[in-house]
Amino acid sequence: MKVVVMIKQVPDTNKVRLDKRTGTLIRKGVPSIINPEDKNALEEALKLKEKTGASVVVVSMGPPQAEDALREALAMGADEAILLTDRAFAGADTWATATTLGHALKKIGDFDLVLAGRQAIDGDTAQVGPQLAEYLKIPQVTYVRELIVDDGKVKATRALEDGYEEIEAELPALLTITKEANVPRYPHAAAIMTAYREQEVALWGAEDINADPESVGLKGSPTQVKRSFTPPPKEPGQVIKSAPSEAARDVVAILRQKNII
Amino acid sequence: MDFTFSKEHQLLRRMIREFAEKEVAPVAEEIDRDEKVPFGVLKKAGKLGLMGIPFPQKYGGAGAGEVGYCILMEELNKICGSTATIIGAHTGIGAMAIYLDGTEEQKQKYLVPLARGEKIAAFALTEPNAGSDAAAIQTRAVREGDYFILNGSKLWITNGDIADVISVLAVTDPALGARGGVTAFIVEKEFPGFKVGHKEEKMGIRGSSTAELFFEDCRVPVENVLGMFGAGFLTFMKTLDVGRISLGAGCLGASDKALEMSMEFAKSRYQFGAPIAAKQAIQWMIADMAIEIEALRSLVYRTAWMLDAGQTGREFSTMAAMCKVLGSEVACRAADAALQIHGGMGYMKKYPIERMYRDARITRIFEGTNEIQREIIARNLFRRVGLRLR
Repeated sequence: MKVVVMIKQVPDTNKVRLDKRTGTLIRKGVPSIINPEDKNALEEALKLKEKTGASVVVVSMGPPQAEDALREALAMGADEAILLTDRAFAGADTWATATTLGHALKKIGDFDLVLAGRQAIDGDTAQVGPQLAEYLKIPQVTYVRELIVDDGKVKATRALEDGYEEIEAELPALLTITKEANVPRYPHAAAIMTAYREQEVALWGAEDINADPESVGLKGSPTQVKRSFTPPPKEPGQVIKSAPSEAARDVVAILRQKNII
Repeated sequence: MDFTFSKEHQLLRRMIREFAEKEVAPVAEEIDRDEKVPFGVLKKAGKLGLMGIPFPQKYGGAGAGEVGYCILMEELNKICGSTATIIGAHTGIGAMAIYLDGTEEQKQKYLVPLARGEKIAAFALTEPNAGSDAAAIQTRAVREGDYFILNGSKLWITNGDIADVISVLAVTDPALGARGGVTAFIVEKEFPGFKVGHKEEKMGIRGSSTAELFFEDCRVPVENVLGMFGAGFLTFMKTLDVGRISLGAGCLGASDKALEMSMEFAKSRYQFGAPIAAKQAIQWMIADMAIEIEALRSLVYRTAWMLDAGQTGREFSTMAAMCKVLGSEVACRAADAALQIHGGMGYMKKYPIERMYRDARITRIFEGTNEIQREIIARNLFRRVGLRLR
């Protein structure tokens, strides 16, 4: 069995600070990490590897430095790493990203399961996984917190706001994994050394995956960021301190005045 | 010149930091209070390759060299001096002696399980009448057929009561003294005649155990002679040289943490309507800590780099002794300043500064007192200008 895990390198938002003067994020000195829920997806793949002997391939699209995220995945136990990196891929929205990843998966070809994190902490869209499944025309199950692979099928427990769904899908399928699924392992110290000193990260450009340059990157993106801004802070609330009977009347009056009731 | 850490060392540091914060920090206070060795932490550390960081992978290590090992000691000491001391005695001196001078068979038999954390090591040099004067040891080893019979005792041995394998120094020819008359041995705790005495109660690093060892006609097979017969003193001194770099690295971590906590506190503690960070008295303490810490960082990692580059010798020994002296003194000063900055809060057991202050104090004493280190440094310096001192 071959499991492909999609990972993204993101800034560690826990360590991002705000510039109080300009209101923008200070990215300088912020370490880059594997997107947390992608690590949960990788952990699920590594558990399958231990149970079934599956081979685990990690794929990422990003600038050359995203190689570090892939090396970390190798150190955790992935067998193979592929970095999709090309100027042509730059500026991609979720659609163009899914298209690029889709081309790469078609080149990989013989995969049985694709795992991705539910969403990335830098964009929070949760779109790339589902879009990739649509692109590949394979079944998808999102928000998975538990999965069992058996007899050419995957049984997944899907977390909803008010309960769980048990879903069975034919392989190959794509699952997006939530942080509740597991606690990702630490890489072994020796594996860290080996991941950098002995293992390879394959670099694939647009030509390697037969991608039409018009369909990827900024050119292949139907959506574009026009402007980003920090929303103004919420105004402080108002505390009504009068006696309860009066307070209720005051609250009603304020709500009426604001045309809320 | 290039002062950047390799990418693998950077990732190693990130992994260790996460391990220390998530797995070690929750037990740090408790093991200090109850004098409890954190076996659970040691087991986890072993599974992640953290008990054999500097050794080559063919001996069960991580292959991360002395630089990697210093990173481990630095990060662990930010969180828990006791855990770092246990791993330091295990890896940095106990197993290190076997790595430096063991035969291939000894490395396969002893170093591999030690590096994997399946077994614990200790390093037994100090005796009731021999510490700084290491050549004055009295433990005797007499050959009897295929065995050496050891008699004597060792004092204040870190990991003494939890170790499976102990590197021991004993006199084999009293007439020759340190030069030719002292031999190192690998002793297993199961060897007949090996006994653990009482466990010391200590001021700091209380989660690490420190015990007395007895050898009563202890039978050690001839093949367990470590290094050349009669050259044990050199094996032990060489091992301590290496250990002193990582000791400095541990002090670096503890000092860095003291600075970080002090700055955090000085920023948030308001007196007279302003954070105490606005006071010059506090600023100078912070600046002095930072200056010393950066000097220490450069010294420690340069010396670690020398070892990894194979640049050993007298120059290296001198640098290693400097790592130990500067490290331990910076750590004590930083802990003292941090306690002062934290005021009453720093003195209370409820907060970690008090523990850090107690943990720091031993570093000026163990693995060769700072007074002896200064002698080594001065002796080596005068030797360069043609004066041999004894």
